[in-house]
Amino acid sequence: MSLGPHLLLALMEGTVAAFVLALTALGLALVFGVMRIVNVAHGEFFMLGAVFAWTFAHLVGNPALGFLVAIVASPILVGGAALVIDRAILRRFNYQPEATIVATIGLLYIIQQLALEFYGPDARSVEAPINFRLQLPWFGYSGYKLVVAGISALLLLATWYGITRTKLGLVMRATQFDSETAQAFGIPVDRVYAAVFALGAMLAAIAGVLIVPIKQAYYMMGLEPLLLSFIVVIIGGLGSLRGAIIAAFVIGISDGVISVFFSPNLSKILATLLVALVLVFRPEGLFGGKAAR
Amino acid sequence: MERNRSLALHGGALLILFLLQFVLPPYHYTNFTRIMVLAVYGIGYNILIGYTGLLSLGHAMFLASGMYAAGLAVHYIGVDPVSAFVLGSVAALAFATAVGLVALRTTGVSFMIVTMMFSQACYLLILYFNEVTRGDEGIAISEAARQIAGFSLTNPILRYNLALALFAGALILCYALIRSRVGRVLIAIRENEERVKMLGYHTFRYKLLALALSGLLSGAAGASYALMFGYVGATFAAIEYSIFALLWVLLGGAGTVLGPIIGALLMFYLVEWTSDVTESYRIVVGAALVLLTLFFPKGILGTLREKRLRWLP
Repeated sequence: MSLGPHLLLALMEGTVAAFVLALTALGLALVFGVMRIVNVAHGEFFMLGAVFAWTFAHLVGNPALGFLVAIVASPILVGGAALVIDRAILRRFNYQPEATIVATIGLLYIIQQLALEFYGPDARSVEAPINFRLQLPWFGYSGYKLVVAGISALLLLATWYGITRTKLGLVMRATQFDSETAQAFGIPVDRVYAAVFALGAMLAAIAGVLIVPIKQAYYMMGLEPLLLSFIVVIIGGLGSLRGAIIAAFVIGISDGVISVFFSPNLSKILATLLVALVLVFRPEGLFGGKAAR
Repeated sequence: MERNRSLALHGGALLILFLLQFVLPPYHYTNFTRIMVLAVYGIGYNILIGYTGLLSLGHAMFLASGMYAAGLAVHYIGVDPVSAFVLGSVAALAFATAVGLVALRTTGVSFMIVTMMFSQACYLLILYFNEVTRGDEGIAISEAARQIAGFSLTNPILRYNLALALFAGALILCYALIRSRVGRVLIAIRENEERVKMLGYHTFRYKLLALALSGLLSGAAGASYALMFGYVGATFAAIEYSIFALLWVLLGGAGTVLGPIIGALLMFYLVEWTSDVTESYRIVVGAALVLLTLFFPKGILGTLREKRLRWLP
């Protein structure tokens, strides 16, 4: 393949990866934005989504049906787990930032161990729900990856709509802006926090379900999306949803291109250097206001 | 009076570690050697999180920079161990200063995220330069390269006492630091940085100093580990080792001089003991972290200080 089509392929791969990354990072940014906490176990919710997707595909048998079941049931299961974690752990120390970091690191280990016990140490793949291939003049491209991009785009739009145009979104933004005043105005801040934490986890889980026919499900797969999401939210500005999504596309697409032409490790190293540069010139991130800190 | 008590306590702890070498059976002898070296890393971490209030999740990069600087110099260039130790420590000091100049521009949780991703980039760099570092497999440094004045560093007695000397040095450094004027400024930054700024202190410089010292101790531990145990590997740069330091310090008590070694000692034997029962350390480490935050946030010595021993540094 000559350079032009090769570059096109790399760009397409990067764009699909960027959509999935945007979903994952949006979950992290949302939780930070509203609750001011960093969930270090966020990547494990992604992993659980992928592992559940394999389980459902395996149970159902039919790839298309299994996928449909997984994309509904996995986020519900993961969201439920997030609610339990919120009630049983995070709320007890009132979402104190440092304690949350330490506890979610602990959860990261516990969830990994549970996945290892029940799912096993193997990396397993899931058959894509559709076999359609997009035939370009230079190469064929998996139609499923286009589906991934489509579903992600829909979910990003839905989240944007939910936050900016609905009552629930208004309540969330009010809590983000000033949780004490929101409480005084009768907003059940506790329940908003629980819902946001579950929503963040569900976004990561859906990203995990979407990725599993492309990448294999593996109990240690959560670290990479976590670190990429971290890179994205720091570049975009902690707490800025718009920043996170724009940064996800910058990082996702460049990651795809550099991974194809050079090496995946090199692309992560370069992305980290980019973070260092952003911090030198704009410590609050590209889109973060002073208030976002 | 209080000063004497705390001097006696820390001197006593060092004396016990010295005397233990005459009674410990060989297996635990090596374990204690390892734990003392790792506790130096813990003390370095504690200066940052316990006394300055900065939560880093990337200290493995400082441990690894000392370890690789010393290990690679011995393995490839044939530098003698003493110079390699100095080289490793200085390399970590310089590296921590450079990281600090960038990472300390952020505050709060961003600092944690940034240190974590820098550390991961270092880990990936080690894997990327696989031909030199041999990645995950690591490098075994030959015994012939690990000689000090005719004595081999594989000699357990020499190794134990070198580890003890290193640990004593780190303990004294930490103790002297927090008793000094600079140390008090660091603690004040932990309690209320804005107020310290208001009093006219350039807090960035103090935080940078704390990070540099923290990196120096971590690097010294890494260099010693490479030279004493003859192994350098990418696992020491992985995120696990940053989390271990956090766990040891929190368990022993963040902001206590003896906390890191108590935490390291307990975790080492807890993981060892439970690995007979379960297959993996993950559930132990995970459960310990969650339970600590829920029920025991001040750690062992921190709780003791609150309840009984107000004078504990």
